[in-house]
Amino acid sequence: MNPSDARAALETAYRAEARRVLATLIRLLGGFDAAEEALHDAFAAAAEQWPRDGIPANRTAWLVSAGRFRTIDRWRKQSRLTTALADLPAWMNAAPEPSPSDPLDDELRLIFICCHPQLAPDGRIALTLREVAGLTTEEIARAYLVSAPTIAQRIVRAKAKLRDEAVPFELPALAELSARLESVLLVIYLIFNEGYAATSGPSLTRADLCAEAIRLGRLVASLCDDAEALGLLALMLLHEARRATRIDAHGNLVLLEHQDRSRWDRDCIREAEALLERAFATRRVGPYALQAAIAAIHSAAASADATDWHEIVALYDALGCVDSSPVVRLNRAVALGMRDGAEAGLAAVEAVLAQGELDEYHLAHAARADLARRAGRAEAARASYRRALALARQPAERRFLETRLAQLSTGPAAAKQ
Amino acid sequence: MRYVCLIYFDPKVVFNGSDESNSVLGAVGPHDRELEARGHLVTGEALELPENAVTVRVRDGKMSATDGPFMETKEMLGGFQLIEARDLNEAVQVASGIPFARLGCVEVRPVVDFSQPRPKL
Repeated sequence: MNPSDARAALETAYRAEARRVLATLIRLLGGFDAAEEALHDAFAAAAEQWPRDGIPANRTAWLVSAGRFRTIDRWRKQSRLTTALADLPAWMNAAPEPSPSDPLDDELRLIFICCHPQLAPDGRIALTLREVAGLTTEEIARAYLVSAPTIAQRIVRAKAKLRDEAVPFELPALAELSARLESVLLVIYLIFNEGYAATSGPSLTRADLCAEAIRLGRLVASLCDDAEALGLLALMLLHEARRATRIDAHGNLVLLEHQDRSRWDRDCIREAEALLERAFATRRVGPYALQAAIAAIHSAAASADATDWHEIVALYDALGCVDSSPVVRLNRAVALGMRDGAEAGLAAVEAVLAQGELDEYHLAHAARADLARRAGRAEAARASYRRALALARQPAERRFLETRLAQLSTGPAAAKQ
Repeated sequence: MRYVCLIYFDPKVVFNGSDESNSVLGAVGPHDRELEARGHLVTGEALELPENAVTVRVRDGKMSATDGPFMETKEMLGGFQLIEARDLNEAVQVASGIPFARLGCVEVRPVVDFSQPRPKL
């Protein structure tokens, strides 16, 4: 076979198979480090043999088998140098070909390991992105705007913890599943948010984070009919459906009410709606499904004015019962402003701000500014836009706030637009 | 990506003739060959002791050459390996296998990617 064809096949195989091969090798070899070495060896073997012998029909199985064989071979050689062969684990000498298991199961197992509650939250995210999503340490560092050594240490510490605690590579038992699922869903949610919220930095990596979060969300939702797993996937799909309309051609932020709704991805929205139906049918919905339900009402509305704000306020009330965070209270206050008018909304937002927890949160001040602007209180609006601007860090958000502030400064007539 | 593993150790520990030191020195050759066989090792050299080194500086167009370096610390640069690894964590994993890491330490430094802008300090 032509060497350049073989090289191209190898690169394709790496992109498509590496994470799955790694997940299976971690199960077979019982640890991250051995599996990563085996993965490296497997691709080295492929680089040697595929150009000569042709590309195997089942590349995943070939790579798993090659990686496992070379590792066992190396362990045998090393133990011959240091100790007697008898000291090897018994299974290595017997070494039966492992029974083929669904590679998806191995990936799921790996997600649960990487999101193990024993690990620090930072460590869970870094480990999941590297071991399950296949990102390099440097890519994760760029996406999170921290240094590569910081990420490297989080990963080293997380792996050491798993090794020290002898965490088994298996799916949690059914009794434990919902508690363990919570940690997995949170990691997926945080990965998605990181990809979605930020508008600075290398945009390609950011979009990749969202795509990977959705892939992981699908994988987890396929495991069980858990309302929150379905809800989180629906929530991510609904946000993803609007991605293209969030930023205009100049890189400026476009608010929900001004987005071109004809460009929202309808297939994505339909899929999310079907997932939500399944989630609500379980009658055990939590914060993700409720947030998704709110996003779905926005997606179903033909315009901001045509939105069912009564339903949205009611859903925020339900969300407030399961998630008492100040950000939920803030969002409810903004929805109230849409339902009952700017004055009512302004009073509600000010009540939330008075509790003090959101004093450093730029979006809270931006919300107050926007409601004050709509209520015709230009001076209060200006003060809040300035406060928001002092706290905001993302360039697109800053430009948006600066534009609003400039419009207000041109006079009260412009302020009401 | 390429990384340089800078290997630091105290020569008084490495060459003290103890069983531990001798086992590390004995492991270096086979480990190099294994790294090479596995495609990680690009190149590497062991360095003679600093007493055989000369330090060169040019200031105001004048060159000066002095003996040394003479360092405050006991650990000195004893060698380096240029390795190929997927990312920083794989490089750390490879570095942890270098036998000298058991006696001294290994500094892992990413090789500069000149397609990226220079750091602003």
